[in-house]
Amino acid sequence: MQDYLVSIILTAGIYAIFALGLNLQWGYAGLLNFGHVAFMAIGAYTTVLLSMNEVPLILAVPAGMVLAGACGAFLGVATLRLREDYLAIVTIGFSEIVRFILLNWSSLTRGSFGLYGYPRPLEEMIPHEDYNLLLAGVVIVVLLLVYALLEILAKSPWGRVLKSVRDDEAVSVSLGKNAFSYKVQSLALGSAIAALAGSMLAFYLQYINPNNFQPIETFYAWIMVILGGSGSNRGTIAGAVLLWGFFSTTRFLEGYVSLSPSASGALRMVIIGLVLIALMMFRPQGLFGRKEELAVGK
Amino acid sequence: MANEILRIEGVRKGFGGLKAVDNCSLSVPERTIVGLIGPNGAGKSTLFDLISGFIKPDAGNIIFSGKEIVGLPAYRIAGMGLIRTFQIPRALMRMTVLENMMLGSQNQLGEMILAPIIRHGRVKAEERAIEKKAEDILKFFDLLRMRDEYAGSMSGGQKKMLEMARALMANPRLLLLDEPFAGVNPALSERLIEKIKLLRKSGLTIMIIEHAIPYVLALSDELYVLNKGAILASGQPDKVISDSRVFEAYLGVGSDAQP
Repeated sequence: MQDYLVSIILTAGIYAIFALGLNLQWGYAGLLNFGHVAFMAIGAYTTVLLSMNEVPLILAVPAGMVLAGACGAFLGVATLRLREDYLAIVTIGFSEIVRFILLNWSSLTRGSFGLYGYPRPLEEMIPHEDYNLLLAGVVIVVLLLVYALLEILAKSPWGRVLKSVRDDEAVSVSLGKNAFSYKVQSLALGSAIAALAGSMLAFYLQYINPNNFQPIETFYAWIMVILGGSGSNRGTIAGAVLLWGFFSTTRFLEGYVSLSPSASGALRMVIIGLVLIALMMFRPQGLFGRKEELAVGK
Repeated sequence: MANEILRIEGVRKGFGGLKAVDNCSLSVPERTIVGLIGPNGAGKSTLFDLISGFIKPDAGNIIFSGKEIVGLPAYRIAGMGLIRTFQIPRALMRMTVLENMMLGSQNQLGEMILAPIIRHGRVKAEERAIEKKAEDILKFFDLLRMRDEYAGSMSGGQKKMLEMARALMANPRLLLLDEPFAGVNPALSERLIEKIKLLRKSGLTIMIIEHAIPYVLALSDELYVLNKGAILASGQPDKVISDSRVFEAYLGVGSDAQP
């Protein structure tokens, strides 16, 4: 039971960090990033590959964040001058490109065999069977740090400019703000945060392979952000806890319904879909979002 | 003119076959209010878009306080102190009135990504000063009690006022007002006129597009009439307005009516 709780904390915590990066881009800057998982993959693989080559984790994790941030900025510079929906198309394409590169660059990534046996932080300090408990602590600390950083930024003048770009870019520009630069900054920072979540995921799984980073992961993050309320960091964390809580508790119930595992998995997604539809109808701002700040429609 | 703040020389802009602005030249002296009138579709708002850098002219020069600004990005022109408002009020609906106002302030340290964290104290102090200024300007426009409301909940007239107030937060040297009285009730408009006059007295230069001729006459030191993208008449407002060509432009060429 304890193992079970720890695993929920780990997955919910890691995905909360991941979704917070998306909330910065969508909830604050109004950017449609449909390829968020690519940056998680970049973070995970960069950290793992560097650490397997004797680079200490204290450098390998930030390296993944910097690389993902640079990729995010590059995508932004390439597409943000176009209409906003183009970003959605380009990012979803990018995330598949990243996954296929990881699958096929076998000499580096061992392709679909994946990578394992890589170093994890503070591993030698604690017996193997207690490691997840320690990692859960690390994830919670990282989550709180990311949350604090984003809360300070969201309430700062920087966050104010971001919100003005989301609301009406022309107004922002007419008041002397370089809207383009702010969009690129939020893409880069959100991508770096996704990479941090990717490193944590690699530590937790002990084995990564390109199929951990399917497009569905991006949409889990979207569900968390929308469930919790776009533009609310607290809501995003609550959304992550609720979604993983739902996934894990329904696993308990599987014994009581006569469905095959794949059918019950599909049923779970159907229920989530229905919950989201009901949410959009009755509480479109999500659990913690503000109705006046609703990011869909104007 | 020695103290002109804006000069436009032979500016042209076409959209497909339509010449929206055609060889337009004008000059705005410092500390004056210059009115710009003309029939619908005359190119007034397009001219504002050209001046503020939102669209680029096909030809011509635009000189703001001695510098050529054609080709500069719009945010940079705004940063030089040339602030425009929009014809349809564009409040940032999902932000509060105070947030709208504070956004207007220029060169904020806290707008740099890391500053709110590494220069926390200074950003806090800067925010307090900006908030104080925002409250003063809101008071000037009788909007202070709406401070914490979302701008989306304001009436059309209030949004127009907020837009003007927000533009003032930027300490503009030249303010372009696009139909500031549209949708504002007459009583409020009268008060707005007094406020705009006060702003001129305090040293601001204003260029104003407006359809309501009485308001334009009450405010303008100089008046330009735009028709089919070209300057039709200019000069002292009451003389310009009694020009028969202006009358014809409004009522259509060939009209027998006389003013």
